[in-house]
Amino acid sequence: MDREVPPVPELKVAVPSSMQSGEGGGAIPAMFAATQYLDEEERILKPAEPALFRLSNVNFWYGHKRALADVGLEIPVNKVTALIGPSGCGKSTLIRCLNRMNDLIPGVRVEGLVEYREQDIYAPKIDPVEVRRRIGMVFQKPNPFPKSIYDNVAFGARVNGYKGNMRELVQQSLRQAALLDEVQGDLRKSGLALSGGQQQRLCIARALAVQPDVILMDEPCSALDPIATLKIEDLIRELVKEFTIVIVTHNMQQAARVSDYTAFMLADETGAGSLIEYGHTQEIFTNPKDKRTEDYITGRFG
Amino acid sequence: MAAVRAHVSLRATGAVARRQFVSRVSRYVLLAASLVGIIVLAYLTYDTLNTGASRLSWDFLNSYPSRFAERAGLRSSILGSAWVMGVTVLLAFPVAIGTAIWIEEFAPKNWLVTAVKLNLANLAGVPSIIYGILGLTIFVRFADLGPSIMAGALTLALMIIPMTVIAAEEAIKQVPQSIRDASLAVGATHWQTVRSHVLPEAMPGIMTGIILAISRAAGETAALIMIGAFTFIAFDNTSVKDDFTTVPIQIYNWTIRPSQQGFQVNASAAIIVLMGAVLTLNLLAALIRERFRRE
Amino acid sequence: MTRVGFDRQLSEIQEDMLVLAGMVESAIERGMQSLRERNLELAKQVIADDVKLNDKRRDIEEHCLELIAMQQPLASDLRTIVSVLHITVDLERMGDHAEGIAKVTLMMADEAPLEPYVDIPKMAQLASQMLVSSLEAFKDRDSARARAICDMDDEVDTLYDSVYRKLIEIMIEHPETIERGIHLTWVAHNLERIADRVTNICERVVYLVEGHILELNVSKY
Repeated sequence: MDREVPPVPELKVAVPSSMQSGEGGGAIPAMFAATQYLDEEERILKPAEPALFRLSNVNFWYGHKRALADVGLEIPVNKVTALIGPSGCGKSTLIRCLNRMNDLIPGVRVEGLVEYREQDIYAPKIDPVEVRRRIGMVFQKPNPFPKSIYDNVAFGARVNGYKGNMRELVQQSLRQAALLDEVQGDLRKSGLALSGGQQQRLCIARALAVQPDVILMDEPCSALDPIATLKIEDLIRELVKEFTIVIVTHNMQQAARVSDYTAFMLADETGAGSLIEYGHTQEIFTNPKDKRTEDYITGRFG
Repeated sequence: MAAVRAHVSLRATGAVARRQFVSRVSRYVLLAASLVGIIVLAYLTYDTLNTGASRLSWDFLNSYPSRFAERAGLRSSILGSAWVMGVTVLLAFPVAIGTAIWIEEFAPKNWLVTAVKLNLANLAGVPSIIYGILGLTIFVRFADLGPSIMAGALTLALMIIPMTVIAAEEAIKQVPQSIRDASLAVGATHWQTVRSHVLPEAMPGIMTGIILAISRAAGETAALIMIGAFTFIAFDNTSVKDDFTTVPIQIYNWTIRPSQQGFQVNASAAIIVLMGAVLTLNLLAALIRERFRRE
Repeated sequence: MTRVGFDRQLSEIQEDMLVLAGMVESAIERGMQSLRERNLELAKQVIADDVKLNDKRRDIEEHCLELIAMQQPLASDLRTIVSVLHITVDLERMGDHAEGIAKVTLMMADEAPLEPYVDIPKMAQLASQMLVSSLEAFKDRDSARARAICDMDDEVDTLYDSVYRKLIEIMIEHPETIERGIHLTWVAHNLERIADRVTNICERVVYLVEGHILELNVSKY
């Protein structure tokens, strides 16, 4: 991993000349020079942080239908990256490419390079089960197993042959998912007896219990009420200290609240989704570069 | 602020009234249609109970067949039915569930599998006499099993496997994809996912299907007569190689005798026993279904 | 095109802002006129009108806050509303400076005119011109023009310097003019502040168009 000294974050606010050091205006170009792009039009930012995922020219087919067209971006480590875009723009397809969840659908094909820690996860010798253990996922609808809270959390660790103290692991995962206090008394209770928001946090705890590196979240709050949503969002900000998080969301305010980087995707007339713009979330939401991003963000899409 | 004054009549008039009339009439027509079936069934039940109920006794259940109607009983046919059913279940259960899991979870989606799936539905609709002919040719003659419990169980197993597979497939299909996704997403293998989540979730549905298949097999007559099951068994079955008879065969045998010998009464009594058993099985299936649905 | 109602409200706040700018421009002009013509009635009118100007600004601010709360504006919508909020604050302060000029008129009512007010009318003219231009740049989303307007501020600053020096010279030579002279430096100072605030508007125009918050002009005063 090319861990470099992190460059000065570019804030796009010029320091007034009176506040600059002796060299005069020299400081501003130096700050902007730190910004790199992956494309010529400078729509796709290359994050300053080391990349955990590196995608290039990713194409995805469902049978003969192309769902992703030449997607290329870098997902930085220990940051929240949000994928936004209208329905059918391929954002869910893209996030499911990151842990090979798409493999299970018959007739799909992935082209291009999806690298995780500099390994092509679609290379022949790569085992998708190992990929999914490291790259966990939380789904749109809370989907706890119809089993006890304890078994829900323990399942992943158990199938992966966890040898340590299971009870401790379950407790720790529930604590990390900010659920322990609410269920402490009765881990034998069915996961389905919890409220929607609690169920989703249980699913997060379940993902955490296999000690992953990345957590993918596919519209994790779309079935939840606003309060439960805010709790999950707080949790995401807490989790990103330890994990890399990629989140698909329909809710732009949510992307704005939780993410550090935002990718905007859009499908062309054939239904193939491509990456339109990728950058700092604050930049995307206050000053997008692409007209299409602007139209979507300001609600003047289509 | 003044309330909005009602200027419209909310009573049914004109077209609405006509449509409502048709609607009301149709309800009675449909009720009448249902009643036809129920009345016929009720009459048959009444007739059977009326004829056979007096014959029901421990002796009747516990006696071997006899030339004399009043001494004949169901002992060997009940035992034969139990043996055949037991062996059938042991044979059919693993094959049917295995097939269903393979088709739903592991089979590649190609024309061959599609053809197999389509044919399963066809096989489930094949008349049982055909299975009898098949059993006679393959198990009784070719495999030289004779008209034994094993030959009968194999034949019945073949007959119920398609419907059990279909029921199990349906049950497996009902397991939400989200559960599979959840399991796979934490790094479980496909088989771990099937074993830990899909099968437990599908089990009530599979059980229901199996019980219904058993109750069909329990009432099966034609296929077993075809393979040459005996009607006069005056000993208790002790092995799968034994000759056997079953309750429906015994009923068939009694009903074709001249009516003045009193075997009709025996047949009615045996029908009551068989009907009771089948109803009990169906009730069990319904109970299992209900119990798991509520969870 | 969706969000028709929102779009209408967005143009309303911008139009209202332009109306407010017109009120400010007229206040500056009438303030200077009252000074030139020793017209006390007009000066009183300008002072009285400042209340209307403040009310207008408050209305626009409330409208902006309502849009932020109800419509969750983002990207250019957000930048437009934020710009309008900032610009209206600047406009209101400009109005106060114009009122300051009118107050000087009242104070100088019974004094004789001093010189032809040296370069003060020229300063006023430049400041007004800058104001009008900056709002045109806003309307046209023209950041290049906004940057150019800022250069005019240097001219105003230079004029202010010379007016200031000239007045000091006169006051030293003719001590009896000191009171009038000081009043006139106030007028010049107000005009300098007005021009300075125009550069704030220009910064907002650049922000609106380019998305960067930029300090375009650091005035020496």
